[in-house]
Amino acid sequence: MRRRNVLPGLPLSLGVTLFYVGLIVVLPLAALVIKAASLGPADYWQIVSSPRAVASYRVTVLSALGATLFNLLFGLALAWVITRYRFPGRRIVDAMVDLPFALPTAVAGIALTALFANNGWFGSVLEGFGMKVAYTPLGIMVAMCFTSIPFVVRTVQPVLEDLDPALEEAAQSLGGSDWEIFRKVILPLLTPALLAGVSLSFARSLGEFGAIIFIAGNQPMSTEITSLLIFIRLEEYDYQAAAAIASVLLLTAFFMLGVTNWLQARALRYTVKG
Amino acid sequence: MSTLATRKKPPRVGDNPIFRRSLIGIVLVLVAFVIVAPLIIIGVEAFSKGWATYRDTIIHPDTLHAIMLTVLAALIAVPVNTAFGIAAAWAITKFDFWGKRFLLVLIEIPFSVSPIVAGVAYLFVYGLQGLFGPLLDAWDIKILFAIPGIVIASMFVTAPFVARELIPLMQAQGRDLEEAATSLGASGFRTFLSVTLPNVKWALLYGVILCNARVMGEFGAVSVVSGNIRGQTNTLPLHIELLYHDYQAAGAFASASILALLAVFTIIAKVLLERQGAGRVRKTANPAEKTS
Repeated sequence: MRRRNVLPGLPLSLGVTLFYVGLIVVLPLAALVIKAASLGPADYWQIVSSPRAVASYRVTVLSALGATLFNLLFGLALAWVITRYRFPGRRIVDAMVDLPFALPTAVAGIALTALFANNGWFGSVLEGFGMKVAYTPLGIMVAMCFTSIPFVVRTVQPVLEDLDPALEEAAQSLGGSDWEIFRKVILPLLTPALLAGVSLSFARSLGEFGAIIFIAGNQPMSTEITSLLIFIRLEEYDYQAAAAIASVLLLTAFFMLGVTNWLQARALRYTVKG
Repeated sequence: MSTLATRKKPPRVGDNPIFRRSLIGIVLVLVAFVIVAPLIIIGVEAFSKGWATYRDTIIHPDTLHAIMLTVLAALIAVPVNTAFGIAAAWAITKFDFWGKRFLLVLIEIPFSVSPIVAGVAYLFVYGLQGLFGPLLDAWDIKILFAIPGIVIASMFVTAPFVARELIPLMQAQGRDLEEAATSLGASGFRTFLSVTLPNVKWALLYGVILCNARVMGEFGAVSVVSGNIRGQTNTLPLHIELLYHDYQAAGAFASASILALLAVFTIIAKVLLERQGAGRVRKTANPAEKTS
């Protein structure tokens, strides 16, 4: 039998919540959608499928894929080292993982540019190998990598911590090698969390702006990300084009939100015990 | 005793000394290159022209104004979002109502939306070509390209921070204590202050600190709505961009060093609060929910 709820404060707290979410979140996004919808299908399609816009989607998505792949491997290794090994400085490394979240993106942007410019610490070395990072698509990838490092680490870490040693022992007693046990026992248990972390990292990379614009060359058709194209359209007072392209990013964000929520729900099914 | 017990255990996967050492080595090198180096270069570049230049940049009126504006935005946006977070957590965790899951998704949206999109969306509400633009113009109220716009854009970007910390924790703690307090005659406000708050204070502070760091560092959304007027609507991150594109790299890094310091303090506070248990319930309740 359902008990009657005796707690007070529902009208006030729910009222405040709905009012604030409505005013701060729903209203502006609705305004953006209305503006984009006012264009009419033909004009809308022409703007969002223009060669410059398509080139910006291409460089944004490809760089985000590259950055996410790096973060998948680096994030898994980092989470593994922090949770499974004890070494001096482990807690500092653990804390430093959050730096990309805490450091403002503009600050990260100028710092990475200084490191990777051809007279910088990394840039000058890489130039010896004929590699240019700053002001190329690689630079975009580096900025995306930096800003989304914590996602994979922080989603995989709790699962690794809760991993039952008995599973490994059982596999060992059956004569499995370390690599076999990792691949056939541990990795399948980590996969849901890994996927959730990867999708968060990818979504964040698609929307990143501050860190990228400093290190990318911002050349139309080659190193111009979609967020920047929206910004440029605004500066040209082409508000309709800005609205149309922004609506593409918004739709992508909603799609990624759906994917992420689904993956997180799946990850949760595997982590919550009993 | 415990060390003895761990020594007796058979080696776990990946405990082979050569593998273990090389993996730790590789990860430490990557952490140094990818995470630590950017932090160090900020300090190095900030002082590249000497202490005097650094000091001159910091005490320059434009920098001071940018710092003031950043602090002002945080002073408004953080308390408002804290109040919102508490209200949302109370409504969502203490009551059952239709559409709760949808409301949760709405609260989380700002995490998924690119800050540029958020900025553009606000243009279409308060800008001249937006929904309320003509009305606001007729009444001569300036929101965009002025301080209110900066504050509202910051509020959007950080709206979920406090709510996200409180909801899983208050969910896990249930309603029994509050119901007992209410049945003994405590008012709703009293119940919250003396029963709920003591249980969630560290998580609340954790959310507030992360919210503050994000407000002070927000760049994309603010750069769309601020108009970038030097000495008037420049927050610290925008001021950094302005100096940087003005070929005053040392000045840009000097201003950036203030925000880098804020980031370091935020991380230290985060570690201390996590020792008090903040953030832990969320991690186990929903391991993947970690966005910024």
